Amino acid sequence: MLRLPPFRYLSPRSLEEAVSMLADHGPEAMLVAGGTDVYPKMRRRQFEPKVLVGLARVGSLREVRGTPTEGVSIGAGVTLTQLTRQAEIVTGYSGVVEGAEVISTPQLRNMGTIGGNLLVDTRCTYYDQTYQWRKSIDFCMKKEGSTCWVAPGSPRCLAVTSTDLAPVMMSLGARLRFVGPEGERVLDAADLYREDGIHYHTRQPGEILAEILLPSAEGWSSTYRKLRRREAFDFPLLGVAVGLRTGAGGEIEDVRIAIGGVGSAPQLIEEATEILCGKQPSEELIEKVASMAFRSSKALDNTDLIPIYRKKMAPVFVRRALRGLLGLSP
Amino acid sequence: MIRKKSGTSESLHVIGKNLPKVDAMAKVTGETLFADDLFLPRMLYAKALRSPHAHARIVSIDISRAESHPEVRGILLGKDLPTKYGILPVSQDEEAIAVDRVRYVGEMVAVVAATTEWAAEEASELIDVVYEPLESIMTVEEGLDEGKVQIHEYADHHNIHKMVCLEFGDVDAGFEEADHIREDVFFYEGNTHLALEQHAAVAHYRKDGKLTLWSSTQTPHYVHRALSKVLEMPASRIRVIATPNGGGFGGKTDPFGHEMAVSKLAMLTGRPVKFTLTREEVFYAHRGRHPVLMWARTGFASDGAITSMHFRTFLDGGGYGSYGVASTYYTGALQTVTYKVPHYRFEGVRVFTNKPPCGPKRGHGTPQPRFALEVQLDKAAEDLGICPISIRRDHLVEENTLTANYLRVTTCGLDECIDRVVEASGWREKKGKLPPGRGLGLACSSYLSGAGLPIYWNKMPHSGVQIKIDRGGGVAVFCGSTDVGQGSDSVLAYTVAEVLGVTLGDIQVFTADTDMTPVDLGSYSSRVTLMTGNAAIDAATKLRDLLFEVAAEELDCEPDELDAHDNRIFVCEDSDRGLDFIHVARKAEAKFGTLGSVGSYTPPPSAGRFRGAGVGPSPCYSYAACVMDLSVDPDTGQTTIHDIWLAYDCGTALNPVLVVGQVEGSVYMGLGEALMEEQIFRRGVHKIPSLLDYKSPTFKEMPPVHTLLVERWDPRGPFGAKEAGQGPLLPVPPAYVNALYDATGVRFDRVPVGPDLVLEGLERKRKGREPRVGPKGVPAVQWQPLDKVPLPSQNPEDEGV
Ligand SMILES: Cc1cc2nc3c(=O)[nH]c(=O)nc-3n(C[C@H](O)[C@H](O)[C@H](O)COP(=O)(O)OP(=O)(O)OC[C@H]3O[C@@H](n4cnc5c(N)ncnc54)[C@H](O)[C@@H]3O)c2cc1C
Ligand code: SF4
Repeated sequence: MLRLPPFRYLSPRSLEEAVSMLADHGPEAMLVAGGTDVYPKMRRRQFEPKVLVGLARVGSLREVRGTPTEGVSIGAGVTLTQLTRQAEIVTGYSGVVEGAEVISTPQLRNMGTIGGNLLVDTRCTYYDQTYQWRKSIDFCMKKEGSTCWVAPGSPRCLAVTSTDLAPVMMSLGARLRFVGPEGERVLDAADLYREDGIHYHTRQPGEILAEILLPSAEGWSSTYRKLRRREAFDFPLLGVAVGLRTGAGGEIEDVRIAIGGVGSAPQLIEEATEILCGKQPSEELIEKVASMAFRSSKALDNTDLIPIYRKKMAPVFVRRALRGLLGLSP
Repeated sequence: MIRKKSGTSESLHVIGKNLPKVDAMAKVTGETLFADDLFLPRMLYAKALRSPHAHARIVSIDISRAESHPEVRGILLGKDLPTKYGILPVSQDEEAIAVDRVRYVGEMVAVVAATTEWAAEEASELIDVVYEPLESIMTVEEGLDEGKVQIHEYADHHNIHKMVCLEFGDVDAGFEEADHIREDVFFYEGNTHLALEQHAAVAHYRKDGKLTLWSSTQTPHYVHRALSKVLEMPASRIRVIATPNGGGFGGKTDPFGHEMAVSKLAMLTGRPVKFTLTREEVFYAHRGRHPVLMWARTGFASDGAITSMHFRTFLDGGGYGSYGVASTYYTGALQTVTYKVPHYRFEGVRVFTNKPPCGPKRGHGTPQPRFALEVQLDKAAEDLGICPISIRRDHLVEENTLTANYLRVTTCGLDECIDRVVEASGWREKKGKLPPGRGLGLACSSYLSGAGLPIYWNKMPHSGVQIKIDRGGGVAVFCGSTDVGQGSDSVLAYTVAEVLGVTLGDIQVFTADTDMTPVDLGSYSSRVTLMTGNAAIDAATKLRDLLFEVAAEELDCEPDELDAHDNRIFVCEDSDRGLDFIHVARKAEAKFGTLGSVGSYTPPPSAGRFRGAGVGPSPCYSYAACVMDLSVDPDTGQTTIHDIWLAYDCGTALNPVLVVGQVEGSVYMGLGEALMEEQIFRRGVHKIPSLLDYKSPTFKEMPPVHTLLVERWDPRGPFGAKEAGQGPLLPVPPAYVNALYDATGVRFDRVPVGPDLVLEGLERKRKGREPRVGPKGVPAVQWQPLDKVPLPSQNPEDEGV
């Protein structure tokens, strides 16, 4: 079998300790939570840390606090399985549950964490391969090589954002609390991501994601729809998350639509918010918004299924997600 | 022969019962030791450095850096094992490790043995290889281009590894008689076996000069022969033990380079050596389903009877021969065993390409043409305005006849199979009345119950069984057959238990060990139940005769008045008059000496006398009919399969629950090929060699399968049994696309068909284009003159064979 290369494993008991261990070992070190992304990638030598700072024993990262009315904060170390069962989340944030329960398999959800999920590496069929395989294509820009085989003229890596929960967090207006050597900072989930397959996030090297802060769920409903080949295992080929608040008269008060899996970063379709807010939902408006999703999706030949197909699915999935939340027939 | 136990199942006590497999507890509790579970003292681990080029000449290899790695104990290069081998005598084209040329990405170039697996991997990368890259051939079309580089020195022509051109009867005259002729092209993508257990081998070389190899192989006998050849060592000094296979499906039926490499390394280092392939390496070992492009021209009478058939296949073979010559013939062999085909012409080519070699996968070479044939029939039925059931049901082959290509059909339960699936699926009530987007599809098939000829020419039995009875009442059964999960060990035990009347718990089965067990050719071509079953009956009957002779003396009756069951031998008419098995066994040992017997099985001679007649004949054929019910989402092209009904003529079901397991497993595998599995290449390398990215269905994609057993007792099978291991896969892909057509009005002349292609088809239809997704045509080939074979009816000499 593919073996893990040798490495040192450090097991801090507090966030502070973790931050200092990470700082001590600099670029040689990497964080690991559930390890479901880190370990397979170490076997394939996509990641080559000498030191792993394991977050499994940092108790504070496992906490869930608050209520749907006032908002809920989720520790970055909460497992995906726990997310799908936690009462505060199940009652207020169906998008989170729907997003978490379609991630891979039960075994993987038992290990994988929300923090690891939000920071999971971007994917590409030229990159998610063993060392020997990558050697046979002379590597690529994302690691050890210089060309992007998906688009040889491209100045940047086009690897695909593949986290199911990132669009969900964006659709909910979640904020993320990071702790680092210089203290804390809180940013909008949307600001964590960058449209670049290599530098796909804005997390600073020494920082640890501590908490995910969900705003009050009062008046909101949310949902997540995922395109994938199979009903288990598979990463998203397209993920559509919608957060929606409707008024007493049925008009749309606020809405956020985020799509993942069709670019290097998950993205909010901001124009959709502008178009829909304050309006009564109608077939025309839904179609208009759906067609925006087509334009926003930049599917390339580096995941499963034909790119044009994935692009065509974006409007279908947006339409179905919106109609579902609005209680309309699909 | 067995007097009471032929024909009827009334007097059977073990056969036909839903019994657990003999190895079930060991499997579910983790007791089973697979090859990778073996750990010997001082064992080393081997890893390979593999070619990063699809096609290249090896200019030089420098191992000095790797040799100085502190944990390295041995390094093996191609030049250390230069003798070529291959599973078929006509294709001895493989090297254990590439000597001076690599023909696909992933081919082994060096093997390192070290004290840990990681060290072996690390050291393998310290080997410096200089390559001179060559032009690579990645498609059949490129392979047919004579202007391109030649991959092997030997071939029928340039990169055409094998060309077959056969005609039975007068095909042109048959077309003259037709009221309707259809010409279609089809494509069946290549795919791999995906056995859960990755290949592993452990070798141990003793100081007395004897080598033992444990390997997850389906064919220990052929590995034994190949090892002897490559190691240049007498076979008598080599022992090959096939460990229980965690699935094989044809992927473990070739001798492999890693088996040779661990053997040689064990000899060189004096330490046991293990090599376990990674999943990615299994994709390179491959031997999976050939991608086949097909052209079929078939003439029909107005009632749907086939008047003539002309079939062409184009196989993308990959870098080596493997079973390819047989695979090529198989793409033309079994078209004739379901519906009457009075005149038949077959032309096939297998082309070398720079990819891992293709070979046999469940159904070996026959699912692809079966797909084409069943889809074409569906189209013809529509053209002729007859229903898909009657175009099949009205023209079935007759029992006890020879087909145009000299295949002897003994029993055929396809009539009943069709009736059963039609009935169970509610076809007649539903067909044509389903809501838009929902459809029903039907397809049938047939498969061999064991290849009639061995892989290397010889007149010895195909399967041998030895039985020994112990004074303690234990019965030991020895056979070279290999349990790959299908239950062949259990079949041996059931058969012997039935004949001797002992309980299963008193039987010990020893299999797949070339030192201990008589030869069985291996677990391929669905041969094991039929052949080892018959050999076991032969051996057990001989012992039973001895036991009955002794018992009859004591019970004062004739031996043929006796029966045996539950460790007792008794008088049939008066079952209180009986003796304990142990008692009789001891008396028999006293009388005859040590109690042991041997039995063997050789298939009946095949009828054809033409070149290529060796591929296709079988003692008997299994039959299947399948109906699939599915819905298509018009916006996404995603399909939901609601139900699958599959009726199966397996002859007698020796253990019905095992047969149902084989049917469900075959349906699952067939669905994978129909819906998503693709062994595909990009930039010369396998695009997705991992369990995550090579898409194969999960439990969640698996619809309910309704298995209906049609037990058409066959005189050639043990207790009337035929096969069930491979055949049930065949009707699944065509039933799927036929159902898709019913649901959407779009023809899919290829598999797999995923949601992206379904949507493409729907859009084509919406835009008024030809509602079809499939290949456009086939390449031009300079076919050789046909080998014209007279029909059996015109050839009285061969009738009645
Ligand atoms: C077969 C398979 C299928 C998968 N399918 C899916 C899928 O369908 N959808 C999906 O979204 N994901 C999928 N994944 C990816 C992954 O398993 C999940 O995203 C999981 O949630 C990652 O969490 P983890 O705790 O295991 O992360 P880890 O592997 O521990 O870490 C992932 C990354 O996050 C960083 N990290 C972890 N915690 C923190 C923290 N607190 N602060 C800063 N950085 C941190 C790590 O350094 C690393 O870069 C799949 C993985 C596999 C192997
Ligand atoms: S998108 Fe290009 S650079 Fe990025 S991983 Fe894929 S091939 Fe490499």
